[in-house]
Amino acid sequence: MYDETDDKTRASDTKEFIEDISKAYPTKVARKRLQHMIGVNSLEKQKIDANVRTIPGIITQRGCCYAGCKGVVIGPIVDMIHIVHGPIGCSYYAWLTRRNQGRARSDGKNYLQYCFSTDIQEDNIVFGGEKKLKAAIEEAYNIFKPKAISVHATCPVGLIGDDVVKVSKEMSEKLGINIFGFSCEGYKGVSQSAGHHLANNGLFKNVVGMDDTEEEGFTVNILGEYNIGGDAWEIERIFNKAGIKVISKFSGDGSYDEIAKSHTAKLNIIQCHRSINYMAEMMETKFGIPWIKINFIGIKSMSKSLRKIARFFDDPNLSERIEKIITEEEVEAENAIAPYRERLNGRTAAIFVGGSRAHHYQDIFKDLGMKVIAAGYEFAHRDDYEGRDVISDIKVDADSRNIEQLYVEPDPARFRLRISPERYEQLKKEKFLSYYEGMIGEMESGSLVIDDISHHELEKIIEIYKPDIICSGIKDKYLIEKWGIPSKQLHNYDYGGPFAGYRGAVNFAKDIDMRVNSRVWSYITPPWKGTPIINAEFAA
Amino acid sequence: MLDMTPPGIAERSALTINPAKTCQPIGALYAALGIHECLPHSHGSQGCCAYHRSHLTRHYKEPVMAATSSFTEGTAVFGGGANLRQAIKNIFQIYKPRVVAVHTTCLSETIGDDLSTLIAKAKDDGLIPEGSFVIHTNTPSYVGSHVTGFSNMTRSMVNYFAEPAKQKKGQINVIPGFVEPSDMRHIKMLLNEMGVKAVVFPDTSDVLDAPQTGSHRFYPKGGVTVEALKSTGSSKKTIAMGSFASEAAAQALMVKADVPYDLIDLPIGIAATDRFMQSLMDITGKEPSERILDDRGRLVDMMTDNQQYFYGKKVAVFGDPDHVISMTEFLVSMDMIPIHILTGTPGKRFEQRIREILKDVAPDARVKAAGDLFELHQWIKAEPVDLLMGNTYGKHIARAEDVPFVRFGFPILDRVGHSYFPVVGYRGAMHLMEKILGVLLDRKDRDAAEENFELIM
Repeated sequence: MYDETDDKTRASDTKEFIEDISKAYPTKVARKRLQHMIGVNSLEKQKIDANVRTIPGIITQRGCCYAGCKGVVIGPIVDMIHIVHGPIGCSYYAWLTRRNQGRARSDGKNYLQYCFSTDIQEDNIVFGGEKKLKAAIEEAYNIFKPKAISVHATCPVGLIGDDVVKVSKEMSEKLGINIFGFSCEGYKGVSQSAGHHLANNGLFKNVVGMDDTEEEGFTVNILGEYNIGGDAWEIERIFNKAGIKVISKFSGDGSYDEIAKSHTAKLNIIQCHRSINYMAEMMETKFGIPWIKINFIGIKSMSKSLRKIARFFDDPNLSERIEKIITEEEVEAENAIAPYRERLNGRTAAIFVGGSRAHHYQDIFKDLGMKVIAAGYEFAHRDDYEGRDVISDIKVDADSRNIEQLYVEPDPARFRLRISPERYEQLKKEKFLSYYEGMIGEMESGSLVIDDISHHELEKIIEIYKPDIICSGIKDKYLIEKWGIPSKQLHNYDYGGPFAGYRGAVNFAKDIDMRVNSRVWSYITPPWKGTPIINAEFAA
Repeated sequence: MLDMTPPGIAERSALTINPAKTCQPIGALYAALGIHECLPHSHGSQGCCAYHRSHLTRHYKEPVMAATSSFTEGTAVFGGGANLRQAIKNIFQIYKPRVVAVHTTCLSETIGDDLSTLIAKAKDDGLIPEGSFVIHTNTPSYVGSHVTGFSNMTRSMVNYFAEPAKQKKGQINVIPGFVEPSDMRHIKMLLNEMGVKAVVFPDTSDVLDAPQTGSHRFYPKGGVTVEALKSTGSSKKTIAMGSFASEAAAQALMVKADVPYDLIDLPIGIAATDRFMQSLMDITGKEPSERILDDRGRLVDMMTDNQQYFYGKKVAVFGDPDHVISMTEFLVSMDMIPIHILTGTPGKRFEQRIREILKDVAPDARVKAAGDLFELHQWIKAEPVDLLMGNTYGKHIARAEDVPFVRFGFPILDRVGHSYFPVVGYRGAMHLMEKILGVLLDRKDRDAAEENFELIM
C-alpha cells in the first residue's frame, strides 16, 4: 500500500536505487544504462537517453524494424494482402499475434487471418529471391484478387540485395493493382521504432492522397490507434454520438480505401505519438491538415481529448453535443468504476511498455486513485519523454541516419490550411496544435523513469518497490507473476478490453481490480508455512 | 472465418499461406532451456529473440529468458564478432549462467559469422569463466523448420559435452524430442518405474513448468546438468524418440563416443509406447512394472469401451512430423481414418512413414510434408472430416468448416494443459483419448435432435 509520507523518502531513494541497479553491470554498461534512468524531479528539466542501441547480451523487451513496420503499422490494414519476403519465421510470428482487430468493409475483404510468406530457402539466399517473390505476388493476386499488396523485407533478403521496392513496383505495373514494398529489414535502426517510420513513409508515398473524394462535416483521421481489444470502435461509438466522422484509422481496423482519402480530413488526432508522428507532420506539410495529440485512455483523458477536438472545430453545436456526451458518459463511467476505485485507491503501479502507452495509462491509474511509481518506454525517442521541444536537440546518430527520411512539400493543388492562418499560428503558439508534452512532465517527483528497461532492472524494481501491479508485455508477464505480483499486459490487454474511452475505462478498472485483489495470490504461501508440525505420532 | 479461401485448390510454387512450421532458432532456444542453468543466446537482430521469447512464453505461460547480440545495420555489414564478445562478457557478469547456448539466425548465417572460431577466441581471451561454457548451433531459418533447430541444438549438446569412454556405465540416454515439459517428466517417471538409470536430454521439466512460490529463480531447478551431458558418452545405449527431432543427436553420440542407438517413434499412442517399452526391455532385460502394465490395461479398457465412437471417423492431422506420425498411428489403432495428414517441416521420411501406417486403412489419404494450412483447409473443403487435430493455428479452419478440434502439438496459445498433462506413454494416450472423445461426444450432443439427446452415452 502506498503511503503519502513515503513521498519524500522515495525522491531521495530513487538516485540511490538507480546507482544500486547499475552495480551489477560491467563498468561500460553501467555508464550507458545510467543515462537511461532518472528519478523524476518536477523542479528541473530532465534529460534521458533513448532510441540508442541495445547493449548486446542485455535481456531487453525490444523488437526489430520489421516488427514495427509489418507487425505494428501495416499489418492491421484489413483489406490488403501483406507478403513477407523472407524465411518463414518472420511472417509466422507476426501472424495474429498483435491484437489489432479488424472488420471487413462492404466488399467483404479481410485478410487479417492469413499469413503470407515467400518462405525462402537456402538456394534463394545463394541465387537471390526476387524471382520467387515475383511468383509469390502473382500467386497471391491470382487466388485472392486483392486491391493492394504490401511486401516486407526481412534481414537476409536485404543482405543478399533483393530489392522489394523495385520488385513491387514492377509487379504493380504488371498486375495493375497497387503493390508497394518496405525495406524494413530487422537490423535497421535500434528498435521497432525504425519500422514505424518506414511504414508511415511507405503509406504516405503509396496510399495517402490516392482518392480525393471529400466528405462533409467534422472529419478526422485517428492516427496511432491500433484497435487492441476494439479500442477504436469504442472511440468511434462516442464520435458517432458527437457527429465526428472518422475518415481513416492508422491503422487498427485500417482500410486501404479509407487511408487513400485520409488527406481530405480536417484534423488529425494522434493517440500513439511515437509510432506515427511522421505521418501527421507529412500530412500537415503536404495537405495542410493540423494535428493534435490526444489520449483516449481514462475517463478524464477522454473528456479532455473530446474538448480538444471541440475546440479545434470551434462549432457551438458540436461543443454542446460533446459537453452533453461528456456529462452523460462520465457519470455512467464514474459510477461504474466507483466500487473498483474503492478497492484500488492508494495502490501502486509500474508501467513498462510501448512508445506512448506507458504515458497514456498513467491517467487511468489516476482515475482509479492509484499511483504510478515507475514507468518507461520500450522503443521511445527522447521527445516521448521530454516533449517535442527537444526534437531539434536530438542528435541523429548513424543508426537513425539509415532510416529513410522523406522531404515533403506543400501540394500546390491540394494544400489548404483547415483553419485561418492566424488561428493556426495562435493555436500552435499555445501548444494546442502540433504538440506533445512527453511523459516526464506528467510524473510525480520521486517516481522513476527507465528507458528500454532490462530484465535486471525490472527485477530490482520488483524487489525494492513491490508495486501492486506491473503493466508490461508477454515476455515479462509470467516473470513478474512468479514474484507474486500481478501483471497486466498492455500490448494485448490479456485478451480483455476495450480500454479506451468511457466504457473502456470501466473495463480497465474491473481488470485491474480482478488482478490486484484476486484471491489467488493469497495461496502462494502454504497455510502451514512457519507453523511447527506438532502431530508427529505417525512419522515414526 | 477465413472467408477469402476459395474451394478450388490452386497450385502454388512460391507463396506459403498460413504456415504449418516456423523457423529453426525457436526450436534451438527451447532445447537450450532444457540444460540446467543455461541462458539461450540469439546471435542476430533482437527482433528474432523477442519473437521467439514471446511465442514460447505464450505456449508455456512461463518466463522464457534469452539474450541477443542486438545486431544493427553496421553489424550486419561488418560481422557480429564484436557484438558476441560484448554479449558473452555482459551475460556472464550479469546473469551468471553455467552455459550460454548460442544459436544463429538467418542474418548471422547469411553474413557467415563463424561461431566456432568466435567462441574459441572468446575462451582464449578469458571471456568465459572457468567451469562455464559457451556452446553453439547453426540454425539458418531458411533451412528446415523449428524442429530442425531443436534437433541441431540437441546435437550440439552432444558435440560440446559428451565425453567418449571405453568403459560403459549401466545407464542409457533418452532423447525425448520436441515434447512438452509434462512429457519429459512422464518419460523420466517411466524410466524410474522400470528401474532404468538414464540421462534425459534436453529436459525442460521444472524449467518451463516451474511452481509458483512467490520468488522467481532466474534459473529454475530443472534441466539436464552439464555433468550428466558429459556422461552421455559413457552410456551403453541411446533411445532417440522421433527421427526428425532426436536422431541427429543420437547419431552424433554414436560417432563421437561409440554409443549405439535405437530410433523409435515418439511414444504417443499405444503401439508406439509398446515399442518404447520393448526397447527398454531389450536394453535392460527387465519387464515393465505392474503399475505400467495396469496403466496399459486401463488404456486398452478405455479403447474397447468406447470403440463405437471412434470407428470410421475421418480425421485431419497436422503438426510437427514426429508428433503427427505417432498420432496417425494412434488414430488408426482406435479405428479412425486419417485422410489428410500434413506437416510444415520438410523431409521424405514423413510421407513414407505415414503411408506405411495408412497402407491398409486409407491408401488414398492426402499426405504432405512441407505443406501449409491453406492447403490443408482446401483439402478439408474438398473432403470434409469429423475431427481436426493440430496446434492452435487450426482453430480458424475448425470454425470455418465447423469441425470438432483437438489441440495437439506446438504451439498451443489458447488453452492450458499441454505443459502439465503428458501425451506420451499409456497415461498420455488415455489423456489424448479423453480429449478426442470429449469433442466427438460434445458434437454428437450439439447436433442431436431433442428426442435423440441422450443422458447416457
